[in-house]
Amino acid sequence: MIYRETGQYKTSYESDQQLFPILQDKAFILIVLAFVFGAVPFLASEYLFRAILIPFLILALAAIGLNILVGFCGQVSLGTGGFMAVGAYAAYNLAIRLPDLNLLVVFLLAGAAATVVGVLFGLPSLRIKGFYLAVATLAAQFFLDWAFARIGWFTNYAPSGSVTAPAIRIFGYTFASPVEKYLLVLAIVCIFALVARNLTRGAIGRSWMAMRDMDVAAEVIGIRPLYAKVTAFAVSSFFVGLAGALWAFVYLGAWEPLAFDVNRSFQLLFMVIIGGLGSILGSFLGAAFIVILPLMLNQMPGWLGMELSTALISHIEVMVFGTLIIFFLIVEPHGLARLWAIGKEKLRLWPFPH
Amino acid sequence: MNIFQKRWMTWVLFGLLAVGAFAPLFSADTRLPQWLEVVLGGLMSGVLYSLVALGLVLIFKASGVFNFAQGAMVLFAALSLVRLMEKMPFAVALAVTVLIMIAVAWLIERLVLRPLVNQEGIVLFMATLGIAYFLDGLGQTIWGSDIYTLDVGMPKEPKILLESVFEGGILVGMEDVIAALISATLVAVLALFFQKTGTGRALRAVADDHQAAQSIGIPLNRIWVIVWTVSGLVALVAGIIWGSKLGVQFSLQLVALKALPVVILGGFTSIPGAIIGGLIIGLGEKISEVYLGPMLGGGIENWFAYVLALVFLLFRPEGLFGERHIDRV
Amino acid sequence: MKTSIKLKVAATAMAVAGALGLAQEVSAADEIFVPVLVYRTGAYAPNGVPWADGFVDYLKLVNERDGGVNGIKLAFEECETGYATDRGVECYERLKSKKPVAVNPLSTGITFALTEKVAADKITLMTTGYGRSESADGSVFAWNFPLLGTYWSAADMLVQHVAKKGSLKGKKIALVYHDSPYGKEPIKVLEEHAKKHGFTFIKLPVTHPGVEQKATWLQIRQQRPDYVFLWGWGVMNSTSIKEAIAVSYPRLQMFGVWWSSAEPDVLPAEAAAKGYNGITLGHSNERAAPVHKDMVKHLYSKGKGTAAKKEQVGDVLYNRGMLSALLLVESIRSAQGKYGKRVVTGEEVRWGAENLNIDAGRIKALGIEGMMQPLKTSCRDHEGVRKGRVHTWDGTTWSYTSDWYEADSKFLRPLVEAQAKAYAAEKKITPRDCSKEK
Repeated sequence: MIYRETGQYKTSYESDQQLFPILQDKAFILIVLAFVFGAVPFLASEYLFRAILIPFLILALAAIGLNILVGFCGQVSLGTGGFMAVGAYAAYNLAIRLPDLNLLVVFLLAGAAATVVGVLFGLPSLRIKGFYLAVATLAAQFFLDWAFARIGWFTNYAPSGSVTAPAIRIFGYTFASPVEKYLLVLAIVCIFALVARNLTRGAIGRSWMAMRDMDVAAEVIGIRPLYAKVTAFAVSSFFVGLAGALWAFVYLGAWEPLAFDVNRSFQLLFMVIIGGLGSILGSFLGAAFIVILPLMLNQMPGWLGMELSTALISHIEVMVFGTLIIFFLIVEPHGLARLWAIGKEKLRLWPFPH
Repeated sequence: MNIFQKRWMTWVLFGLLAVGAFAPLFSADTRLPQWLEVVLGGLMSGVLYSLVALGLVLIFKASGVFNFAQGAMVLFAALSLVRLMEKMPFAVALAVTVLIMIAVAWLIERLVLRPLVNQEGIVLFMATLGIAYFLDGLGQTIWGSDIYTLDVGMPKEPKILLESVFEGGILVGMEDVIAALISATLVAVLALFFQKTGTGRALRAVADDHQAAQSIGIPLNRIWVIVWTVSGLVALVAGIIWGSKLGVQFSLQLVALKALPVVILGGFTSIPGAIIGGLIIGLGEKISEVYLGPMLGGGIENWFAYVLALVFLLFRPEGLFGERHIDRV
Repeated sequence: MKTSIKLKVAATAMAVAGALGLAQEVSAADEIFVPVLVYRTGAYAPNGVPWADGFVDYLKLVNERDGGVNGIKLAFEECETGYATDRGVECYERLKSKKPVAVNPLSTGITFALTEKVAADKITLMTTGYGRSESADGSVFAWNFPLLGTYWSAADMLVQHVAKKGSLKGKKIALVYHDSPYGKEPIKVLEEHAKKHGFTFIKLPVTHPGVEQKATWLQIRQQRPDYVFLWGWGVMNSTSIKEAIAVSYPRLQMFGVWWSSAEPDVLPAEAAAKGYNGITLGHSNERAAPVHKDMVKHLYSKGKGTAAKKEQVGDVLYNRGMLSALLLVESIRSAQGKYGKRVVTGEEVRWGAENLNIDAGRIKALGIEGMMQPLKTSCRDHEGVRKGRVHTWDGTTWSYTSDWYEADSKFLRPLVEAQAKAYAAEKKITPRDCSKEK
């Protein structure tokens, strides 16, 4: 009834190719943006900001990065945690060695550093495919973990190997309270989500998707595999590195290489798969699912007034988590983004399904 | 670029590997018996990695699933056995554990694989991660999360060999030797099972082509249950060996991460690949850690195994023994 | 097909509903809240569980036996961190809304992550026997309390112990350590000592979680160090001992830090672990102190105990958890002494922790005689006491095999101050003037 595109005429190619061709979609996005920027800062509690919203946003950014690689270009990577670490340590070194540099520039350069490393580890993808590549990317994960633990220069020779981020000052303004941090992260994530959306709609995104669907065929029609795969690794690593820098500076504050271990890589891959391969929206949905679900499962018995031991709660948490993963994969292998699309289709016909 | 496609490059790599392995001998402060100890230690670890890798390969061959839950199955099997042994004699506990692993295989086939049939590899892989989580939680809920001692009568004290030849002799862990023997036997039995029995032939047929196998009347579902059971039993053996070495504890499942470079090096679909890959990885890891590690600050064996596998993959993208993959448009 | 979509929508709706429910706050005005960050699952559970049992049992005991601290009951809630830093931070944030006074996260990694947060939130960070060593300097680290001893003190005492057996000149000491902030802490002090005493110091890192140590011990067999110091946690400890057996390294020459010398570390190796030593945090596996009897009387005989078995009361890590809770409770008591017998705030408990004075008489009154040495904290010194003995595993139990050692303040204090000063400079903290504090 309300969700109809009837009467919205497209009279030029530009209007047909715009980001949100349907008026209602545009309105919806604007409302959501107004809500998250305008209303959430007044509504949410400190816990919600610090423990849920900020990690959710940062991990969503990393998931977008991974989704570009896995969902759009079809190259499975298990080294995401390592690339996040590159971003985090690059940002740390830039921030303490060049204290006058604007922190936004630091974050972008951190992303650039991750890009370089990502391209380096992405090159083998020209030869190695499928699960072989997935496992081979673990080489990046373990090597980077080791490098940040062992090479003193990266941690500024901290005796314990743990480093702490400096305060977040941008243009002389210190982002200290959770609301301020939330808004900073939100702004960055929104901008880069938009960038990602447009990249994937453009020529480069199409060459990635062609590569994913069938690399030989893509090559035949004139897409250079080197260019397509390396750009996918580069863009993906940039996002992931940026997310790593934010994770370290905004969320953790102090960290050690273990914060970016192989479990982080798996967690991000879960987000991408559960959310939906090849969907920017899916990255957000997946991140929300994976961040919130364990916390919810962990606190559920408390709300229901059940007295369970901490150990049992944790065990139930992992079991239900595992089961739900399998459940979602069975009922909707294309992820939550697909559910959203189905919902929209239904809404189009509602309430007269004929 | 073309150099990557030359087959002889594999042999060059092997050559380099051999040079690398023998290189420490030319250093002034390496003594031969110590080097032999490291080599032996590496090979023994390698055999154990092969064992876990074998479970992975079996499942991948028969159902195209990259089973990340193999590590969790190792832990689950070992935990079941060690806790059951507290209440009953070893033989009974072992039998019950085997039954449990069969039940696990059957449930996985029923509840996970069957509904996911024909899905993409990555979805199945994620599903096995889900299984891994579930088994982790379940195992700890039922059996507890403490560290348990598994005593199956393995000798703990090392033996010193060749004392007459070298000063101080060569130290060999008897536990490792027995473990290696058990693994070798298991591999031989599995090879026979695959080559000589009807079920084994059916398994190979399924591995080659699901649809063709099904069309000549091989029950796909039953084959999958069998494969998962076999790999559950392999997990049990691996669990017994590692458990008696390290104690049965949560970290046991991380041996799966040790088996991953082995399977990509050897090839996902090759049983001999799992064995030779295991030996190469085990040897490479230990030699690099002992002789290269001190120069780099130590702790390198983890990534060294992966980098080693990666280098080989550049020249042989399907592993040493994996099926060659031909792309058609 | 239709039903399956409904199912999917229902599942999603459930997830969303749950997410909204996450923001809830509970607070009780007449209780003092203590968050209990523990790990009862995962790779470090065998060591995390007894500590958590001891910690919770003591809080329960105070409520049951004394009716709280000066009549104010203690409320507490466990949160599982799994020894992971990000989970720990989430737990801290979750429980923060309940106005906790002090937190003891039992993880050096989490301690690093919380150090800045606690100062902003005004919550005392107690790290009994772990944490950052330089935080002993209270003028910079106002909110951190590495009570009873830091890793630097432990390293110093271990060197004292082995130096007593003969000059260390030309000897070799290897450190087998968990490759994390925890394991790296002692390196600095051991390097300084290597210079001072003239021994060769070999660093052997072990990657988390520490089940892969064959190469490490092959190196030890080659280099034949005179002593091996073990800085492990969880399954790494028992693996180290087992691998030592596999390369025939004498257990008598192995010394663990206090986190590497408890029952879960030696039991898996059974009788072969005999002769293995550890420096203690002032206590071992004392089981018959009055406080243990109270535990049994007030908790276990009524079925209210936390540990699975009564026999676990008095295990090394159980005792450590118990003493950690005890120091927290004493800090609250000390705060109440100044601010009145009411529900105190985190800031007041910080003062309490900084002005602890637990003398021999008080130790006796607390029923922990022989498990703790007199402890006195000040603005300058947040460690309070730095004494330990070596205990040795005889195959069935631990027994003390040395006299008391006291970490050499003359040697350590300049290191602590230099490190704290560097931290203050990096974070732009102006150190407090301790002569003005009281």
